[in-house]
Amino acid sequence: MRYYILIITCCLFSITYGQNCNYKLSGNIHDFHDGSAITGATIYIKTLDRYTTSNIEGNYTIEDLCKGLLTFEVSHLGCETKIIKVQINGDTQYEINMEHHIEELNEIKIDASGNPKLTKTSQETQLKTKTLERFSAFSLGDALKHISGVSSINTGNTIVKPVINGLHSSRVIVMTNGVRLQDQEWGIEHAPNIDLNAAGSINVIKGANSLAYGGDAIGGVIVLKPQKISLKDSLYGKTIVSGQTNGRGYSIASTLTKSWQKGWYFTGQASAKRFGDFEAPDYSLTNTGLDSKGFSVNTGFKTFEKGFNVYYSYLNNQIGILRGSHIGNVEDLNNAINLQNLVGIINKEPLDTEDFSYEINAPRQDVTHQIIKADFYKRFKKFGRLEVLYDFQNNQRFEYDVRVGDDRNKPAIDLTLKTHTLKSSLKIDTNTNAVYRFGLALGFQNNFANPETGVRRLIPDYDKYDAGVFAISNFKLNDNTNLDFGLRYDFNKIDAKKFYRTSRWIERGYDVDFANIVIDDLGTQLLVNPVLNYHNVSASAGMSHKFNDKNTIIFNYGLSNRAPNSSELFSDGLHHSAARIELGDLRIKQETSHRISGSYQFKNKSLSLNLESFLNHINDYIFIKPTGTEQTIRGAFPVWDYIQTDALLYGLDVTANYNFSRKWFLNNKSSFIKGRDLIKKEALIDIPSFKTVNVLGYLNKKWLNFNAELQSELILMQNDYPNNNFEVYIPTTEEFILLDISTPPPTYHLMHFESDITIKLSEKTDLNVGINVTNIFNTSYREYLNRLRYFADDLGRNFMLQLKLNY
Amino acid sequence: MKTLKNLSILFMSALVFTACSNDDDNPEPVNEEEVITTLTATLIPVTGGTTVTLQTRDLDGDGPNDPVVSVSGALASNTTYNGTLELLNETESPAEPINAEIEAEDDEHQFFYQITNSLATFEYTDFDGDSNPIGLEFTVTTSANLGTGTLTITLRHEPSKSDTGVSDGDITNAGGETDIQAVFSISVE
Repeated sequence: MRYYILIITCCLFSITYGQNCNYKLSGNIHDFHDGSAITGATIYIKTLDRYTTSNIEGNYTIEDLCKGLLTFEVSHLGCETKIIKVQINGDTQYEINMEHHIEELNEIKIDASGNPKLTKTSQETQLKTKTLERFSAFSLGDALKHISGVSSINTGNTIVKPVINGLHSSRVIVMTNGVRLQDQEWGIEHAPNIDLNAAGSINVIKGANSLAYGGDAIGGVIVLKPQKISLKDSLYGKTIVSGQTNGRGYSIASTLTKSWQKGWYFTGQASAKRFGDFEAPDYSLTNTGLDSKGFSVNTGFKTFEKGFNVYYSYLNNQIGILRGSHIGNVEDLNNAINLQNLVGIINKEPLDTEDFSYEINAPRQDVTHQIIKADFYKRFKKFGRLEVLYDFQNNQRFEYDVRVGDDRNKPAIDLTLKTHTLKSSLKIDTNTNAVYRFGLALGFQNNFANPETGVRRLIPDYDKYDAGVFAISNFKLNDNTNLDFGLRYDFNKIDAKKFYRTSRWIERGYDVDFANIVIDDLGTQLLVNPVLNYHNVSASAGMSHKFNDKNTIIFNYGLSNRAPNSSELFSDGLHHSAARIELGDLRIKQETSHRISGSYQFKNKSLSLNLESFLNHINDYIFIKPTGTEQTIRGAFPVWDYIQTDALLYGLDVTANYNFSRKWFLNNKSSFIKGRDLIKKEALIDIPSFKTVNVLGYLNKKWLNFNAELQSELILMQNDYPNNNFEVYIPTTEEFILLDISTPPPTYHLMHFESDITIKLSEKTDLNVGINVTNIFNTSYREYLNRLRYFADDLGRNFMLQLKLNY
Repeated sequence: MKTLKNLSILFMSALVFTACSNDDDNPEPVNEEEVITTLTATLIPVTGGTTVTLQTRDLDGDGPNDPVVSVSGALASNTTYNGTLELLNETESPAEPINAEIEAEDDEHQFFYQITNSLATFEYTDFDGDSNPIGLEFTVTTSANLGTGTLTITLRHEPSKSDTGVSDGDITNAGGETDIQAVFSISVE
């Protein structure tokens, strides 16, 4: 029958056009990357229902073709199937390139079944969309705390900065959609300007081994990627709505994606969150609300060979800071600490506590971050992939202090940070067992501190120039062993213009060391122009080896250098929330980290275990510590100086999961870390204490995908801390007292519960309903790494209801 | 490659633009507006006699230099003094008076006076709209005790004036934050 139709068709063609059907199409099928022959690829001509395959040299021949446009399909195991159209005007030669590297395509598929990790030889953890969605109403730092070895340093509960193996701020790089976030990350009270709802997945890489992102990530790298887009004609989206009792907060986040099979795509995303004053178990935390609004658009075109992406994101956060934490001098701090010491007896509320309100008054922050990014990539046959990326970021930070008179509504800090970055990288992957990547990055940054504030600049005006080059190689020795090597060089130049009080200039000894950089003398103030250059070299080496299906080990070593940030160099003034004078130092040099780490992974049917250990030796580690007190008309203040020492951090992070049965599981995440000041031979300040989280979970697919988890979170008191207490005279009580600013809060234990079900509303629509109870027993506690721990307890019980609609 | 070129042109022009926009001119100095550098308490004896002035002056604000504290002389025993405070910002020229700012927001400010060794008693003579004390004007009455001690003047911003004892001048429950705290060594002769 088939032949019959074929014959008839051929005849018809012959008759109609008078053509012969004896033409031949032939050629070679080879791999796009290395040009090797592809044997056994199937060629199928649908219109003729004819098959053929390529031979051992990759050659193919199709005979008896008629003149005209021929459409056929080429497929091969492990390759993307291709549809090819060839105009036949006689005997024709046609070369076919096939694509063996599916990883590239996985990036644009919703369901990547491959390895979700970005590196093969680093300590890396991924949080998937489903986990991130649970934190839709919270911050990046809140979500990352669920990775063993990642904690957070907080100012209250809405300013949450991730801490990776004890390191944070400038020592952690945050990448969002290929852009390195530049949002004044130097400050502890500057939370990353990230809307968690814009991310589809987050990878956390501990240590500085991923040099493509930067050479100064002594702590690690956090990589946020947008939701993967499937290249088919479709329109889909999701909406998450949640409400919670503590803070009487609500949040809504929505994403909509349109994609086309040809490669075009467009995603729009928006979210809004609003919280009023949060509550500790015994009192309201006045002025701790949050008002956050963000949106982003992500559009572009993507095929295997080339593509581009244009991305814009906007995020505005208005954050209230606990009113009771705004204090005048050490006596006020002493009063606050004394209140804390009464906790447990009468649980006295912090000073200035008022009734619940959504209002956000001073002290508060108003931060807007915008990112514009454009990137472009192209693959070259038998060579590799070239990528070029440009981004511009604008970070506008206002901080409002408690002020008087006409200045009441004027910000005390008004900083605009503008950053331009141009990056290019070339990946050579003709040989999949030896992949090389070369890259170049250029950056320009300008910081402008508005003098209209009427407050001396905390951070001066500066221009910063960065240039970096790197080379990375990945070798696959065999199916079980991978090796990585990397080398990077960065140059940083800071050209600042800063006013110093003449008295401070002399007190610091700068009049001797830096006399030549004074450009203007205004009597009580000096304008100086420090130009500082830093040359940084980073290197990494890593190895992973899989002994068998159950046992894997990873080792790596990272060398990295970090140039001091503007706060370490230039800080010069009073910090109200800490009642301290913070002083940077122009003489600070870069710090150098040597990090060695080793991991062991075990996996069988019911048990999975991941042990990650590390040792980080940091020469010239930059940190801040109290060095004395200074007297002002406001009273006495401790002086905290940025200084350098040699530090050693080491620790172990454990993640274990045990499935009792198909329905019940137990999960443990524990992290242990120590930090030592090797010169003073004492503990380092602000090192997270031992933490262990145990989860008992139950899953049942038959009950609407029912899922429930009971969590126990135990945080031990930090017993290893430096004693920075100092003696101070309190005029109102006419006595000298020892101000205890060092002793960490006691051990605490919290219980949480969460559960969710998924209801199928239609073929394409799911509704997920989740409830979440945190701090079930309304336990009063304080956390060592919360800067407001002197002033108030942490959050009390919270009930949250979350509805998630996928459509 | 054309895209690459366009991108680099965009980058360079952005660089040039930003660099040009604020390169040559130096930043303006900030005139600190709310700084209080100088507090002067003038005590005039009601029945005539020598006026006593107490002053604390910190011209570099939060800078490293300590405030300069001076007391013009000893107080006479068994004498009532009418006291007034003058606050100045001397980082500006001419010096900017601050009293008016505090008077305009008198419900949010209160001065506290603490005198040791029972050398003298203190009373407010100025009050805000809610009849709560302010402390820019006051009387000090020395007792028959002779000797030395300290007078501490504290300015609290946003104190709870209604809390126990606060309107009587007791700082214990006042709360708020400290804007000024000055300790003077005094003697009664």
